[in-house]
Amino acid sequence: MASHTDTETGEAAALDGGAQIRFDKVVKQFGDNVVLRELDFSVQPGERVCLIGPSGSGKTTILRLLMTLERANSGTIQVCGQYLTHMERGGKLVSANEKHLREVRKRIGMVFQQFNLFPNMKVLQNLTEAPVRVLGESKAEAEQKGMELLELVGLAEKAGAHPSQLSGGQQQRVAIARALAMEPDVLLLDEVTSALDPELVAGVLGLLKDIANSTDITMLCVTHEMGFARDVSDRVLMFDKGVVVEEAPPEKLFNAPDHQRTRDFLQAILGRS
Amino acid sequence: MFDDLTRFLAILTEGVATTVFVTVGGIILATVMSFVAGLCMLSRSTSLRVVSRIYVEVWRGTSEVVQLFWIFFALPVLIGFQLVPLWAGVLVLGINHGAYGAEIVRGAVQAVPRAQYEGAIALNFTPAQRMLRVILPQALVEMVPPFNNLFIQLLKGSALVSLVFLEDITYQATEVLLPTNSRQAFTILLLLLMLYLVLSVLITAVMRRVERRAAALVGRGPSAEASDRAALMGGV
Amino acid sequence: MDAWEWEYAFSILPDLLRGLLVTFQATVLGSALALALGLVLALVRRSGLPILSQGTWAFIELVRSTPLLVQIYFVYNILPQFGITLNSLTAGVLALGVHYATYTAEVYRAGIDAVPRGQWEAATALSLPSSRVWTGVVLPQAVPRVLPALGNCVISMYKEVPLLLSIGVLDLVGRAREVASDSFRPVEPYTLAGLFFLLLSYPAAVLVRRLERRVGIAH
Repeated sequence: MASHTDTETGEAAALDGGAQIRFDKVVKQFGDNVVLRELDFSVQPGERVCLIGPSGSGKTTILRLLMTLERANSGTIQVCGQYLTHMERGGKLVSANEKHLREVRKRIGMVFQQFNLFPNMKVLQNLTEAPVRVLGESKAEAEQKGMELLELVGLAEKAGAHPSQLSGGQQQRVAIARALAMEPDVLLLDEVTSALDPELVAGVLGLLKDIANSTDITMLCVTHEMGFARDVSDRVLMFDKGVVVEEAPPEKLFNAPDHQRTRDFLQAILGRS
Repeated sequence: MFDDLTRFLAILTEGVATTVFVTVGGIILATVMSFVAGLCMLSRSTSLRVVSRIYVEVWRGTSEVVQLFWIFFALPVLIGFQLVPLWAGVLVLGINHGAYGAEIVRGAVQAVPRAQYEGAIALNFTPAQRMLRVILPQALVEMVPPFNNLFIQLLKGSALVSLVFLEDITYQATEVLLPTNSRQAFTILLLLLMLYLVLSVLITAVMRRVERRAAALVGRGPSAEASDRAALMGGV
Repeated sequence: MDAWEWEYAFSILPDLLRGLLVTFQATVLGSALALALGLVLALVRRSGLPILSQGTWAFIELVRSTPLLVQIYFVYNILPQFGITLNSLTAGVLALGVHYATYTAEVYRAGIDAVPRGQWEAATALSLPSSRVWTGVVLPQAVPRVLPALGNCVISMYKEVPLLLSIGVLDLVGRAREVASDSFRPVEPYTLAGLFFLLLSYPAAVLVRRLERRVGIAH
């Protein structure tokens, strides 16, 4: 649930029509723990960005802020040229209400580490629930789209199964399909393979690579899978203690990082200097 | 209006001694029955297990009102003499709530990790030493929140004795005050409810102390989850 | 006189059974009210609305911590002052239902709290409307889990229905008391009444325990 502190704007950043996602001086703290310090970053439409770094560095918080699961303490966030957390009222910027949040949020989809499929619904219904209730699609329409997506993720025959009957990798693929069913402009991926048995990881990553290659969707991934980050991303951001330590295309960041912190982290994860 | 309030309170509190006596007596008897029956349900002797199980099922499965009337009216016919009403009240409350308490004791003892039993066996403790020195002290902390609920149930159950004309606070309200002040029924009954609320808060306060002592016995603080678990067990 | 006369025992059975019917009525009606109202109370309590949710909490605590018997008198004596006259059974069912609603509210609350946070977050991520989050995702997961506890509430209510005799309802125990005072033979009526309770509540309790085990495995 979003924290109760309202977002102050201070001097609000101007609307940026070009960037698909834009964080301006975003601060997020939990109690005394400052997780994000005046973070500025932006993502262009169609870009694939991977966030790497140690736990607690703030990467997941960025995704959660975008998905409105948390609210920033200060700063502004823009999505698709609109403020996410604020609205314009009579020429001033005020905190966004629930209605505005839901409007902007429709452009964003998220896949969680723990899949979070609804256990009381069969697989197909997991995919059709939101399109029907939120996008107003007819049941038939939603089911057809749902089956197409299940084909895409290779699980068409599981449409009538319960999530509990699927393996972790299968559940995660359904979760990806569920997020895509809402036709978002931005797809957030929060360590989507971290909770999977090692032999199932490749299947999910392969699917994500296919999606990256065959669609224009903007992808923002928090991941520990460096190989995946290297193959798929246009840009990699290395986070530590709530700030961006280094930002570069994967070839540069993985092979010749500028910062010692990045080098240390990569060495620990990959075992190379 | 204020005169009325004080008058009502004065008459109501005339019944406090009875309510407290029956409640405290019931709590003591129920606690004893809980431990005896609870431990018997875990004993290796089949007959002890059967007898205690019958006790628990019968006294939990019948209505407290029936038990009250049975002990007050039917039992004297069977045993040939009249029980002192106050003690009969204690008996009903204690035996009835003891049956529920037995389940609490049994559950808490069974929840102590198996490893503790094994450690005690390895150290050559007798079964009695095992129970008294190792298992029960650890089980006690878990027992306190559900027992708190149980004792408050018992307090509420004490109101039943008014039905057999014991002069507790409910009797004072319904038999003494209400007939002659029916237009102030709201005030009278609200005062009565408040009195019970105060008494239940007192019980909870005492039980918190008990919980702290029990937790100190095993070197940790009381937990909030124990109360949640008690609620989920339908701690009715 | 003999402690137990079979002939007498059989002769009072019809009266007692008539009373048992009333007990059933009260149990069914009271449970329906308690199960429905309890959910409402739990939702209001959780809503965080300024006065309503604290008021509901206070109400729940007050009703749970005070004797049902007193609440029965309360409903029976107070409502006429507001111009509502109910017969004893209706007043009693109302008191029973409201009292047990405060228990079921706690049970519902525990069930809702047990639904994993990730479910709420996924529903938010899909922008599901609030009503659908409750009816489609949360409640379908919360309620089955707490059915055994709800069952226990119903059984407990069944055992407290006799309290209604205090306001003149002739349920099983009310009839037993009537019969016992008419004939000066208390043993048979009260023993039979106790047996009737046991005959129904014990199997019900066993069923609930079995349900508990099934729910435990399924989740």
